[in-house]
Amino acid sequence: MGFLLSQALTALASASSLFLVAAGLTVIFGVTRVVNFAHGSLTMLGAYVAWTILRHLPRDPASFCLGVLATTLALAALGALLEMTLLRRIYRAPELFQLLATFGVVLMVQDATLHIWGPDDLSLPRPPWMRGFVTLLDQRFPQYDLYLIAAGPVVLALLWLVLNRTRWGRLVRAATQDREMVACLGVDQRVLFTTVFALGSALAGLAGALALPDGSANLGIDLSVVTEAFVVVVIGGLGSVPGAYLASLLIAGLQAVGIVVLPKITLVLVFLVMAAVLTVRPNGLLGRPVAAAAVLGAQPPVRPSSPALRWVGVVLLLLFVLAPLVAPSWILAIGTEAAVAVLFAASLHFMMGPGGMPSFGHAAWFGIGAYAAALSATVLAAPMPLALLLAPVAAGVIAGAFGAVVVRLSGIYLAMLTLAFAQIVWAIAFQSVGLTGGDNGILGVWPPGWVASPARFYWLTLALCAGGTLLLRRVLYAPLGYAIRATRDAPARADAIGLPSNAIRVVAVTVSGAAAGLAGAIFTFAHGSAFPTYVSIPRSVDALLMVLLGGVGTMTGPIIGALAYTGLSDLLLRATELWRFVLGAAIVALVLLFPAGLAGAFAGRHGDA
Amino acid sequence: MPEPRLIVTGLRRAFGGQPAVSDVSFTLDQGEMLALIGPNGAGKSTTFNMVGGQLRPDAGQIRLDGRDITGLSPRRIAGLGVGRTFQITATFGSMTVRENVQMALLAARREFWRAWRPVRDQHAAEAAALLEAVGLLAQASRPAAILAYGDLKRLELAMALADKPRLLLMDEPTAGMAPAERVALMQLTRRLASGRRVAVLFTEHDMDVVFSTADRILVLNRGRLIASGTGPQIRANQQVREIYLGTGQTSGGH
Repeated sequence: MGFLLSQALTALASASSLFLVAAGLTVIFGVTRVVNFAHGSLTMLGAYVAWTILRHLPRDPASFCLGVLATTLALAALGALLEMTLLRRIYRAPELFQLLATFGVVLMVQDATLHIWGPDDLSLPRPPWMRGFVTLLDQRFPQYDLYLIAAGPVVLALLWLVLNRTRWGRLVRAATQDREMVACLGVDQRVLFTTVFALGSALAGLAGALALPDGSANLGIDLSVVTEAFVVVVIGGLGSVPGAYLASLLIAGLQAVGIVVLPKITLVLVFLVMAAVLTVRPNGLLGRPVAAAAVLGAQPPVRPSSPALRWVGVVLLLLFVLAPLVAPSWILAIGTEAAVAVLFAASLHFMMGPGGMPSFGHAAWFGIGAYAAALSATVLAAPMPLALLLAPVAAGVIAGAFGAVVVRLSGIYLAMLTLAFAQIVWAIAFQSVGLTGGDNGILGVWPPGWVASPARFYWLTLALCAGGTLLLRRVLYAPLGYAIRATRDAPARADAIGLPSNAIRVVAVTVSGAAAGLAGAIFTFAHGSAFPTYVSIPRSVDALLMVLLGGVGTMTGPIIGALAYTGLSDLLLRATELWRFVLGAAIVALVLLFPAGLAGAFAGRHGDA
Repeated sequence: MPEPRLIVTGLRRAFGGQPAVSDVSFTLDQGEMLALIGPNGAGKSTTFNMVGGQLRPDAGQIRLDGRDITGLSPRRIAGLGVGRTFQITATFGSMTVRENVQMALLAARREFWRAWRPVRDQHAAEAAALLEAVGLLAQASRPAAILAYGDLKRLELAMALADKPRLLLMDEPTAGMAPAERVALMQLTRRLASGRRVAVLFTEHDMDVVFSTADRILVLNRGRLIASGTGPQIRANQQVREIYLGTGQTSGGH
C-alpha cells in the first residue's frame, strides 16, 4: 500500500515537471502556430542559469525561490529576444521550415552552452531543507517532490487565471482560436506574440530551474525534454493548457506503472497510448481542429530532367565510379558517406515531397535497417548479401505497420508522431543492452573478404545507393508515383477518381522506410558497427536538411542536397570546433532568406510552359 | 423505354433531429440533364451528397442501373461509374493538364500500382481525345495550378469523364465563373453527356444556366420536393414563383 502511494506521488511529481515544460510549448503553439523545437533548449538554459544564480545565493528556501524567480525572468527576456529576432520573421513560412529554424537554434544553444558552462554535468549541492523526507505509510518520500507535485496545479491555476481573467489572456485565447480575426479587431499582434513567447519561455525556464535539485544541468536536457514535451502536447491537444496537464498525468502515470511492470517497454507503451489517442481523437484529448496549414507550400509540376541535367548526372556518376582509380582512401570514405546520404535523403524525399507526409524521425528506418543488418550478421551469422536484403525488408515492414496506424494524420501531428517513434527506436537500441549492446553498440560487422578493400566496398556502396535512388526516381515517374502525388495534391479528387488514398500512402511510407533501411544497412557495414546514434534526432534532421536544402519540388533536389550537405558538414567539422553553432546559424539564415523554402525561391521559373 | 439510370425513392436525412431532406424521390434517364434547385438550406447539397455517398441517408433508397448503392462509400460509388466535379475545384496542382487526365485514366483502369513504366506515354492518345473534347488540348502541357478558373472546371469535366461514367454529379459546376462562361460550360457538358449517354445531376444557383441547359428541373424547399418538370413547367409553377419571384430573385441569383 505504502509502495503504491509512493509510486503515485512520484508519478504526480514527474507529471508536474512534464507539465511545466509542455505548458510553455502549448501556449506558444496555440498563438503563434510555431512548433518550437528550441523549447527544450530554453529548459536546458533554465537549468544552467539557475545553477549559476543559485550557486551565488545563500541556501535557505527564500533564496531558492528568489533564484528560481530570477531564472524565470531571465528566460522570459531571452524568449522575447528570440521571438523578436527570429520567429517574428518566419510566421508565414511553411511549418517544416519553422521547425527547421528552431532546430537551428537548438544547435546554436548547444554549442553556446558547451562554450559557457563546459561539458560536465553541473549539479547543485542540496541544502538540508531540500534533503528532508516525509514518512507516509512507512515509505520515505522526498520532501522536495511534494513541492514539485504542488507546482503543477499551481502553475495550471495561475495560467487559467491569467488566460481567463485578464484582458491579455482573453486576447491570447482569441488569437488561439482565430488569429486573423484578432488582427482585424486591431490588436497589435507583434506585442501579443512577443509576450506569449516570453511567457512560454519563462515556463521553460521555471521547469529547468525546478528540475535542477533532483538532477543536474547537462547538455542532454534539450532533446530529451523536448521530445517528451511534444508527446504530452500532442496527446493533450496542440494549444490546450488543461489538455497538457491531463496528458502529463497520463504519461507520468503510465511511466510509473511501466517501470514497475515492464521497465523496458515503457517508451513503447507511451507511443502506443499516443497512437491510440490520436486514432480516436485526431486533435488530441482537448485540442481543437487546427486548420490544415501548408506543410511545404504549393508544389510546382514535376518535369522530366532536361537532357543537360541528365548529362550532368551521368558525368557525375562516372566521376564517382572512376574515383577509386586516383583518389586516396579517405576520399573514398567521404564518397561512401555521400552515397549513403543520397539514398537516405531520396528515401525521405519520396515520403515527404511527393507523399506530402513530413517525417521528423526518418532516422528510425535508417536505424532499424542498420540494426537489422548488424543483428543478421552477428546473431544469425548471415552473409552480407542476405543481411543487406533483410535490412530493407525489416525497415519496410515496420514502416508499413507504422504507416497503417498514422495514415489518417497529417501535418504537424504526423511529424510529431514520426519523431516520437524514432525516439522509441532509439530508446530500444539504447536500453536493450542484451541484444544491441546499448551505448556500446554492435561491433565487428565488417564486409566479407571479396569486398573488404576500400575501393571494392566503395563500388558496392555506389551501386546499391545509386541503384536505389534511381529506382525511387523511376517509381515517382511511374503511375504509382503519380498516384502518391495525387493523394497529396487533392485528396477529395483522388477519392472521386477511385484512388485508395490510404493504401497508397501506406505503400509510400513502406517504400520510403525500406530505402532508408538499405541506406542504414550499408552504413553499418561501412563503419563495421551499429550505434544508437544512428537513430538519433540529429540524424533525422540531417536528412530533412538535405531534402529541404535541395528543394522538395524536384526529383533532383535530394541528390544535390545530400551531396552539398555531406561536403559542407565535412568541411565544417574540419574547419571549426564550433561546427554545431555554425551549422545552426546557417540553417537559421537559410530559413530567414528563403521563408517559402528553397524550392519556393525558384518557383518563378515554373510560371508557364 | 429502358429503366431509368438513377432511381431515388423516399430519401430522408436529419441533422440533430432537424430534418434536412424529407421524402425526396426522383428518377434520371441516361443522357438526361437534371438540375436540382432551391433556395439556400433547401437540402440540395444534402440530397447531392447522399447520392454521391458522402452522406448516409436515414431512410430511402438510391438505385443506379437497378443496383442498390444506398450508403456505399464515395470510392465504391465512384467505382460503380459515378463521376463527380466539386464546387471548389480540386485538381492535381503538381501535374500538367494532360497528366491530370492521364491520372484519372490510370485510376479508372486500376493501373495505379504500376511502378515501372513512366506515365508520360500511358494513355496519352486517350487523354488527348478527352482534352480535345473539352477544348483544353492547346493547354495540355501547362501546369494545372496556373489554369484560369473556367479552364479548371473543364479539366475537372474531362477527368470525371475519364472513367466513362454512367452518372455525373456536378455540385454548383459554374460557381465562381464569369456569367458568359457559365452557359458555355453547361452546354459543353450537355453535348458530351448526351453523346456518351451519361446522366447528369447538377445543383445550380444561376437560373439562366438552369433554364437553358437542363432537360428537367427539381425544385427543393425546406427539404421537400415541391416541383419537378421541364423549364416552361417550372416557370409556370405557382409555388416556385412564390419562392423565387416572391423574393425578387430572377436570374443569376445569390
